[in-house]
Amino acid sequence: MASQSAKLDAETLWGGKESPFQTSYGKLMMWFFLVSDALTFSGLLIAYGFTRHDTLEAWPIGEETFNSLPILGHGYPLIYVALMTFILIVSSVTMVLAVEAGHRMDKKGVVKWMIATIIGGFFFLGSQAWEWSHFIHGSEFGKVELADGSQAIVKGHFGEIESFTVTEAGTHHKKGDVIKEDLMHTFQHAAEKGHINNGIIELHDGSKASIKKAKDDHLKLIIKKDGKSYTVGKEIEGKKAEDLYYSAIYSGEENRVIYGANLNKNEYGPQQYGQFFFFITGFHGFHVFSGVLINILILIGVMRGVYHKRGHYEMVEKTGLYWHFVDLVWVFVFTFFYLI
Amino acid sequence: MERDDLIEYSLNGHHSDDEGKLIRKKIWKVTILLTAITILEVALGAYIKQSSGAWPFVKWSFVALTLLKAGYIVMVFMHLGDEKKWLRNVVLIPYALFIMYLIFIALWEALAVGDAWMGA
Repeated sequence: MASQSAKLDAETLWGGKESPFQTSYGKLMMWFFLVSDALTFSGLLIAYGFTRHDTLEAWPIGEETFNSLPILGHGYPLIYVALMTFILIVSSVTMVLAVEAGHRMDKKGVVKWMIATIIGGFFFLGSQAWEWSHFIHGSEFGKVELADGSQAIVKGHFGEIESFTVTEAGTHHKKGDVIKEDLMHTFQHAAEKGHINNGIIELHDGSKASIKKAKDDHLKLIIKKDGKSYTVGKEIEGKKAEDLYYSAIYSGEENRVIYGANLNKNEYGPQQYGQFFFFITGFHGFHVFSGVLINILILIGVMRGVYHKRGHYEMVEKTGLYWHFVDLVWVFVFTFFYLI
Repeated sequence: MERDDLIEYSLNGHHSDDEGKLIRKKIWKVTILLTAITILEVALGAYIKQSSGAWPFVKWSFVALTLLKAGYIVMVFMHLGDEKKWLRNVVLIPYALFIMYLIFIALWEALAVGDAWMGA
């Protein structure tokens, strides 16, 4: 903004009265804090790049991993993340408008734009919560280890599981019982544990049941780790894909399929992929969260007229710097984590 | 003790309604630009596969577009472009030096680690 035009001479400068940057102490320190925080985020992203290039297993591709929207389902590559980016950019714009209003001592304007910024921040946090939940729960197919030792992710439409019919009684279910509840969860849990053998599922209580399931559509396997017969990048479709997939799921062996993600393993790619996802987006999300809190505190100050009495709205400018920084980091996370 | 020799630089930040109009116009311009760049990036990412021949070009355009976006955010939204020249330099130069060094060392190290894993 308009800076002081008076020339600095060495005497007043070294006298300690004037600041060579002609900026207040608080703003300067905010900039230095942001530089150090930027170094932290850069370190994380560079570590991500390093790991990615070092990993022999194929790294997940953004548009394959993040292609879902709430309600609408699959098939929308990157749209959701783009929406999150847009929300954050817009909330950055409303923040800069609040700062501009502050420079005109327009208290009403500052309040209006800061409220808009805070709402944008909550929207972003909500979106991130949805994305995390989606990432943790994973797809309906999971990542599967094929008979030759290769690993594949699966695309297509999962045929609904209709029911389990008990064929061998356990401690809880009797023979002939038809189970219609919690099917998907039970199925995935059993598949991970290797409790499905030749289409017969073993339930928690030790009973065994047959599975009634609709057919899958457009099943496609994409190999992500080399095996004896298949190499990374190979795509298998049709009947062959179905046979390979179900011979693994129904093999009765443990750990042939992984659903979703946690810190130890994930269905999308190498172990480090999940760890970096949680750490980088989590660390950024924590920044957004604290940014929203700081914005709320400053908003209360604005409404009480604290800064108006002071004669300037520099506190709004300083919290604005932090908020823009959060947006700035997301721009880089968006590129290096999702796009490339 | 209250000091009377401190200069309140914060008071210099004020501007008039007319100046405000121009600034707001600039803000909206930058908003449209940032949105357009994001849409372009998503379109490129969604339609050009990583296996295609154009991918290396797309990848580097992502990096260039990201730096462009970052530049607009820092210079316009964060007003760094309006600060004193040496405030700008004090923020940008140490950061750029550290990061270039870190990228260099990470790439160099990655070659060695990659060789070790490949057994070369």
